[in-house]
Amino acid sequence: MSETRRSSSGRAPALLGWASLVLVGATVGLGLVLPKSAEQAEYSRLIAIHPPVAWVSYVAVVVAAIAAIACLLTRRASFDRLNIASLEVGAVFTALTLATGSIWSRPTWGVWWRWDPRLTTEALLLAVLVGAVALRRALPPGRGRAVVTSVFSLATLGLLPLVHFSVELWRSQHQRGTLLAPDPATNADSPYLGAMFLGFVAFTVLYSWMVVQRARIEALEEDADELMLGRAIAERRAEGLGPSDPAPGVA
Amino acid sequence: MGYVIAGYLTTLVGLGAYALWLAQRAKSLRRDRVQ
Amino acid sequence: MWADAGLVAGKDLRIELRSRVGINQVLPFSLVVLVLFALALDPDSGTLDAAAPGLFWVAVLLSSLLATQRSFAVEAADGNRDGLRMSGLDPAGLFLGKAGAVAAQLLVLEALLLVGISLLYGTDLASFGLLALTCLLATLGLAGAGTVYGVMAFGLRVRETLLPLLVLPVMAPVLLAATRSFEAAIERDAGAATSWLGVLAAFAVLYFVVGMFGFGPLLEEA
Repeated sequence: MSETRRSSSGRAPALLGWASLVLVGATVGLGLVLPKSAEQAEYSRLIAIHPPVAWVSYVAVVVAAIAAIACLLTRRASFDRLNIASLEVGAVFTALTLATGSIWSRPTWGVWWRWDPRLTTEALLLAVLVGAVALRRALPPGRGRAVVTSVFSLATLGLLPLVHFSVELWRSQHQRGTLLAPDPATNADSPYLGAMFLGFVAFTVLYSWMVVQRARIEALEEDADELMLGRAIAERRAEGLGPSDPAPGVA
Repeated sequence: MGYVIAGYLTTLVGLGAYALWLAQRAKSLRRDRVQ
Repeated sequence: MWADAGLVAGKDLRIELRSRVGINQVLPFSLVVLVLFALALDPDSGTLDAAAPGLFWVAVLLSSLLATQRSFAVEAADGNRDGLRMSGLDPAGLFLGKAGAVAAQLLVLEALLLVGISLLYGTDLASFGLLALTCLLATLGLAGAGTVYGVMAFGLRVRETLLPLLVLPVMAPVLLAATRSFEAAIERDAGAATSWLGVLAAFAVLYFVVGMFGFGPLLEEA
């Protein structure tokens, strides 16, 4: 596997970082500060964060799958790192989707959980992504791990629409006509729709920054593993040569 | 209104915690590499 | 490819026939699961009857875990792993063979479990053709997915605890669709069953495609 590793240039990631801070801050600000319209409840403000984080969780799966294909075709480690980074950050956003969805459910429907299509799909997705991270941790570094992670991401991409569709079909048989209602208490006149669209952009930028950071960490960890391996091999060699011989140049 | 606070707070705290963890991990890995 | 698949499937099934792990362990396990469900859900209240299709498929799902684990356990012994890699067998055929053997065992299990729920839960096995088709499609999906994730975890010491975590959430749509299809069949509503059968077919296709293309690279690097 080709190991071109550029020293991480600080410019673009730092820019992403600041941009996410500003954009997320603006989203939160708008969501909290804009006055609500008379017919709406306070909790409709949550539309500025719940749909955006849910959207990012799907984006993460798609990006991981694209990285996976690139990894399998080009055999470059950078795509493998992008893959696992996207899966892990995706897991974080999926967990947040469930948390915000649950919090939104409570005032809207009176329950902490509803078996609605989006939340159920996200719950299964979280389980799958947690499994991905667990699998990754259990595998020793190397090409094998990259291939496994790539196949995993591709399978997950194929699985996602299937799960989404089947859960929607299932729940539509129980809810009369609410299949198309995207979110609780969504109103086309919601004053927070602007904040929501800003949120889509903001959280996507934040996701990108997090993926870049996580991919860097993956690179650093791989370096550290190689270093440790190199040292262990050198030590073994030194042992083999005996105490009277000078140790060969250590890596 | 409590739910709104809970929702926004959870999101910010959750993302902030993960971002901090990322930064911490990167820092400690770089420090180890220099040695 | 098909010849290799037949070879591998034949080998796995012969191992099963000789060791009888499926008959002696997996089948009793699934029957015990059915009995446990009856203990958990009061048989007299009608809940058990209503839940029978779902409980059947949960039992099958759990049994498929055992069957898949076993399918890879027989390869882990005595340096079989390298043997598989160097045997020159077509990887897609290898996948088809392993998944096929698991599927065959599961189908036998399901036939017996159908008798089980009919006796224990009093389920009326109407529209048998639909039930059989559901079993076939669902089983292909379960066997395919199990084999794909099984090879990913192949060779890991934590395989036994990791594989269920990987595979159960993935199998959720199969559970959902197969249960709904069974319910439709029992109510003799063929139309309702078709979309669910479609989901099962799509799932099976997905994992067979992933398996046939992915088995080679995965096995090489295991």
